[in-house]
Amino acid sequence: MIKRMLFHFGKYLMWMRTVFSRPEKMSMYYKETIRQMDQIGIGSLKIVFIISAFIGAVTAVQLSYQLGETLVPKWYVGYILRDLVIIEMAPTITSLVLAGKIGSNIAAEIGGMRQKEHIDAMEIMGVNTASYLVQPKLIAALLTIPMLVILASALSIGSGFMISTITGSFTTAEFLKGLTSFHLPYNVWIMVVKAVVFAFILTTISSYHGYFVKAGSIALGKAGTDAVVYSNIMILVADYIIATLMV
Amino acid sequence: MIKAKNIFKSFGDTDVLKGIDFIFEQGKTNLIIGQSGAGKTVMLKILVGLLEPSAGEIWYDHTNFSGLNKKEMRAMRMQMGMLFQGSALFDSMSVEDNVRFPMDMFTNKTEKEKQERIDYCLELVELENANKKFPSEISGGMKKRVGIARSIVLNPKYLFCDEPNSGLDPKTALVIDELIKDITREINITTVINTHDMNSVMEIGENILLLNQGKMAWTGSKDSVINADNKYLQEFIFASPFLKRLKEKALAFDNQQL
Repeated sequence: MIKRMLFHFGKYLMWMRTVFSRPEKMSMYYKETIRQMDQIGIGSLKIVFIISAFIGAVTAVQLSYQLGETLVPKWYVGYILRDLVIIEMAPTITSLVLAGKIGSNIAAEIGGMRQKEHIDAMEIMGVNTASYLVQPKLIAALLTIPMLVILASALSIGSGFMISTITGSFTTAEFLKGLTSFHLPYNVWIMVVKAVVFAFILTTISSYHGYFVKAGSIALGKAGTDAVVYSNIMILVADYIIATLMV
Repeated sequence: MIKAKNIFKSFGDTDVLKGIDFIFEQGKTNLIIGQSGAGKTVMLKILVGLLEPSAGEIWYDHTNFSGLNKKEMRAMRMQMGMLFQGSALFDSMSVEDNVRFPMDMFTNKTEKEKQERIDYCLELVELENANKKFPSEISGGMKKRVGIARSIVLNPKYLFCDEPNSGLDPKTALVIDELIKDITREINITTVINTHDMNSVMEIGENILLLNQGKMAWTGSKDSVINADNKYLQEFIFASPFLKRLKEKALAFDNQQL
C-alpha cells in the first residue's frame, strides 16, 4: 500500500511539472479560466450559502448550550463563534464540501474527456493537455475559493447571530461585544492561507484522478470517488500542518 | 511519407507488435487492416506518438519521430490530423467551434481568415449548413465529417483515421471513404487508415498493410488483393460467403475474358 501511495505521489509530482508548463496561447487559457471561475465560483454560491448558514447556527446553538450553565460570560459565545468560524469552520468545512461538489465534477469532466478520446484528440493537435485542462481550473479555484471561504465565514457568523438572538439565547449587544473582543487580524490571514492551500489540493488531486482514469464507467465512478476521498484526506492533513505551523 | 522501422511493442508479457517494417506513402490512402486484436490500433497509436514502441523507429520524412522530446513531438503533431473512431468532438462546442479550436490554439490568423478556413473545410465535408449545431444534434456520419474537417483545418501533412467507418451504414461509409481519398489526393498528404471494413479495402486501399497477431502478413494494393497468393489474406478479405461468391464469379469472368 505504501509502495502504491509513493508511486502515485511521484506520478502526481511529475505530472504537476507538465501542468505548470508555459501555455500555448494565453487568450485560450484566459477564456477557459473565466469559464471555470463562473463554474467553480458562481456555481458553488448556493451550496456555500446553505452550509455556512447551518454551520453558524448550529455552532451558536451548541456553544450557548455548553456555556449556558457555566460561569463563562454569555458574550463569549460571539467571540468563540467568530474565531472558530474564521480559523477552522469556514475554510475547512467549506473546502470539504467543495471537494465533494467541485472535485467530483472535475474528475468526471476530465475523466470523461479521457474516455471519449477528447484528450487524445487534443494531444494529436499538439496541445499540452495537462496544462490546458488543469491550469485554468487551478487558477479559477485559487481565485474563487478564498472568496467563497470569506463569504462563508461572514454568513456563518451572521446566521449564528440571527439564530441566537431569535431564540433569545443572548442579546444583540452581548453578541456584538463578543464579536469585537480579542480580535486578531492574523486569524483572517490563517483562513485565507488555508483556503488557498485547500483549493490547490482539491483541484489538482481531482484533476489527477480524472486525467489518469482507465476505461469504463466503473473506472470513471471510482475516479470521482477517489478524487473526493483523497482530496478530503489531504485537506485534513494540510489543515493539521497549517494549524501546527501558524497557530 | 512515414516509415515504420522494425517496430516492436509489448504490454507486460504480451507481444502485440513483432517487427513491423512498412512505408506509408505520400498522396496515397495507406490502410492498416487485420482482425480485432491484430495490433492495428496499437500501430496507429505508435505512429502518432500516443504510445511508445518497445523497439524500432518511426520516421516522418527526414525526422526520427521516436527520438523527439515532448516539446518537439508537440510541434511535430501540429502537422498531423486525426479522425477518431468515436469522432472525439468536444460536446460543449458547436460544429464550427470544434473546427475552429486548433486554429484558435495555434495560429494568429485574423477572425476573417479563420472564418474563411472554417467555411472552406466545412464545405469540403458538405456540412456548411450544420455549423451552428452541437455534436449531440448531428448523426454519426456527420460527426465523422466534422472530425475530418477539424483534422485538416491546420493543413496537416499527415492524416490518421481510426476506424472511420465503424458504426456507419454502408452508404455513409462509402461517402466517408471517398471524402478521405479525395482529401488525400487534393492536398497531397500521407493518410493512414486503420480499418477492418472490406469495402474500404477494395475501394480506397492504395497501399495496404495486413497484420496478423502483430506480424506483417501481407502488403500490397487493392488491385493485387483478388489475385494475391496469400491464404490468410484471402480468408480475411473474403471471409463472408457473399464476398467469397463474388470473388469466384469475378475470377470466372476474368477467365472467360482470357
